Amino acid sequence: MENQNGYSTDVKLFIISVLTENKSGLLNAITIIFTRRKINIESINVSESEVSGVSRYTIVVKITREKAEKLVKQIRKLIEVLGAFLYEEEDTHFQELALYKVPLEPFLNDSNNRIEKLIRDNFARILVIEREYIIIEKTGRKSETTKLFEELKQFGVSEFVRSGRISISKSKRRTETFLKELEELSASSMRKN
Amino acid sequence: MQALTKAPASKTTSEAKIVTGAEAVLLSLLEEGVDTIFGYPGGAIMPIYDALYGYQDRLRHILVRHEQGATHAAQGYARVTGRPGVVFATSGPGATNLITGIADAQIDSTPMVCITGQVSSALLGTDAFQETDVLGISMPVTKWNYQVTDVKELPEVMAKAFFIAKSGRPGPVLIDITKDVQNAKFEYTYKKCEKIRSYAPYPRVNAEDIEAAAKLINAAKKPYILAGHGILISGAQKELLSLAEKAGIPVASTLLGLSAFPCDHPLYVGYLGMHGNYGPNVKTNECDVLIAIGMRFDDRVTGDLKTYARQAKVIHIEIDASEIDKNVKTTVALHADAKDALTAILPKVNKNTHAEWLAEFRACDQIEYDKVIQKALNPPSGGLLMSEVVNYISELTKGEAIVVTDVGQHQMATSRYYKYKTTDSNVTSGGLGTMGFALPAAMGSKIGKPEKQVVAIIGDGGFQMTLQELGTIAQFKIATKIVILNNSFLGMVRQWQQLFHEKRYSCTEMINPDFVAITKGFGIQASKVTDRENITQALQTMLDHDGPYLLEVVVEKEENVFPMVPAGASISNIRLE
Ligand SMILES: Cc1ncc(C[n+]2csc(CCOP(=O)(O)OP(=O)(O)O)c2C)c(N)n1
Repeated sequence: MENQNGYSTDVKLFIISVLTENKSGLLNAITIIFTRRKINIESINVSESEVSGVSRYTIVVKITREKAEKLVKQIRKLIEVLGAFLYEEEDTHFQELALYKVPLEPFLNDSNNRIEKLIRDNFARILVIEREYIIIEKTGRKSETTKLFEELKQFGVSEFVRSGRISISKSKRRTETFLKELEELSASSMRKN
Repeated sequence: MQALTKAPASKTTSEAKIVTGAEAVLLSLLEEGVDTIFGYPGGAIMPIYDALYGYQDRLRHILVRHEQGATHAAQGYARVTGRPGVVFATSGPGATNLITGIADAQIDSTPMVCITGQVSSALLGTDAFQETDVLGISMPVTKWNYQVTDVKELPEVMAKAFFIAKSGRPGPVLIDITKDVQNAKFEYTYKKCEKIRSYAPYPRVNAEDIEAAAKLINAAKKPYILAGHGILISGAQKELLSLAEKAGIPVASTLLGLSAFPCDHPLYVGYLGMHGNYGPNVKTNECDVLIAIGMRFDDRVTGDLKTYARQAKVIHIEIDASEIDKNVKTTVALHADAKDALTAILPKVNKNTHAEWLAEFRACDQIEYDKVIQKALNPPSGGLLMSEVVNYISELTKGEAIVVTDVGQHQMATSRYYKYKTTDSNVTSGGLGTMGFALPAAMGSKIGKPEKQVVAIIGDGGFQMTLQELGTIAQFKIATKIVILNNSFLGMVRQWQQLFHEKRYSCTEMINPDFVAITKGFGIQASKVTDRENITQALQTMLDHDGPYLLEVVVEKEENVFPMVPAGASISNIRLE
């Protein structure tokens, strides 16, 4: 379906990647843009990027393209936002990290190496072994980390945590280059008078 | 605390000296050319007020009667001068009282710098006396805000505040300064902010887009210009006039665009929107090329978007990228400052006239005149009408006054019937529609342009929201003229109740005080007029008075403003009665 502006009315996953100055208050400034439009954030991850003093946000939302494009423009309006880019899933490489806490007991009695096999087959690994429990770590897409969770359930998963998605675009441009262009743009966009 | 974005090395304009944070705030204001502050003191901003004691010869402080008044006064000042209005307030309630005016300034793109005192850094987050998260509260309604907890940052933050407030699409900025920072001493130097790497306020005009726009205009049979506030902000009035005249294009104005184009110009076709003129609204749905300049297709202008200008190719000249394609899909987007874009496009546009097309507007004018204006300006009997009062004010001031309006029927009547001849002379609350705006805004406008006649036109409802500012007007002898159009109703709401709620006048009738007595109580001259015979004389007396003056005009209780596009309806279905 299309709306009057020729936009698809389909809802799908979009990844919004934002570069900002690393400054207190900005996360709030960004998220209220979503809050105000009652758009739920599926996941969000923020940390310093490869450029010192610059933070990278990866925000996942499930909305229409039209809404996503408008959101991105609103985010760009924030003074300390250096750039905001909209991607569909296939434009990015992305991962999530999941941690599973499983009691040690079944592991010790695991004569058929079922847990070990599970871990191997799922390309997961054991992060720590404690007296009472082990912690398994897996990186992957949500469907993959969920699959392992389902399979581990039989051994009793006492805690399961999954990170927000982090993603890297398939674009070849370097962040440094982008920032340089930005500096030139802000210098050249001054008013003559 | 992260360092702020580095400004380029430019020459230091001030000598280094040891001062307190409080004094640094004032020195920074002077560097930015500030001469007036609207404010209200309190505990958390006392050090700044104490420092101000020594600067009274250079910085005039207008003590308002409520912090909301300070914001609207600053808005009035900014709108007529183009310079940021400056506001001081204390923490907590002082700061929260600013929010309405900040939100108003944000949506109407008015430059403003608000400085609030905050509790000491050590007390932040402890629910200390008068501590409020002003940063959090104001974040959604400011262009930028910042809390200063380290005195060394102060000059840089002040410089950034002014740069951000006035550049690009202007807006309000709030700087929250903790009390310990105000008291701390440091080595002060000041450097104006000239760029911020993450902020490009004036996008470069794209030559291809200019070509494309010019081509559309040159091929158009029925081109049509919608002039918005962006023209006034960028100072593109002359360029607009040249474009319209060269290509023979009719020009309509948005509410905030009023006074950007002279109302008596042959190409001027009127005012757009819910209570705008008939022709400008319906012709939007008949033009072939719509040239929207510095306006944002507000829903009060477009009505139902599904039926808005669907036939037209749309050229949108707009400095804020997020406004492009937000409501109306453009054919050619010129993401640029209005003046830059118009300057670039002018030489590419062919000379033309569109006499037949213009005649269509004039035919609409005739219809509107016969059905609405004729009766609105020359009622045969009955009480005074808002429309005729505005028309008299327009004639007596020759369209040259700065006209400040509040929100409601009187605002729409003024927008329709005041014939603006000089630019930057319309001050009103558009996007937020804030009742209580006009009285303080008129005060600020008069301070900003003391040589101009400033006339505030206010409803009896809105007047009572900020009437305490009469105290400020009296104390500082601000010679603004105030006309209350008293219909003893919250008129605009009553009109909706009449038209859409079967005349169920729920909670809109007002039993009003004696406005003249109240005004005189504040020490301001005032009088009241109730009939047609005396209205022009009463207005003339007010205009001639040397000093502030309030004239209460009793008007017809149940007058309606027509034409009207019912909310959410198509602008083609504008009702004339
Ligand atoms: C602060 C605020 N509260 C409520 C409203 C809603 N409102 C819009 S117009 C209006 C009536 C205004 O009445 P009055 O000031 O008497 O002016 P009139 O319409 O009679 O000219 C009201 C209540 C508003 N715009 N602002």
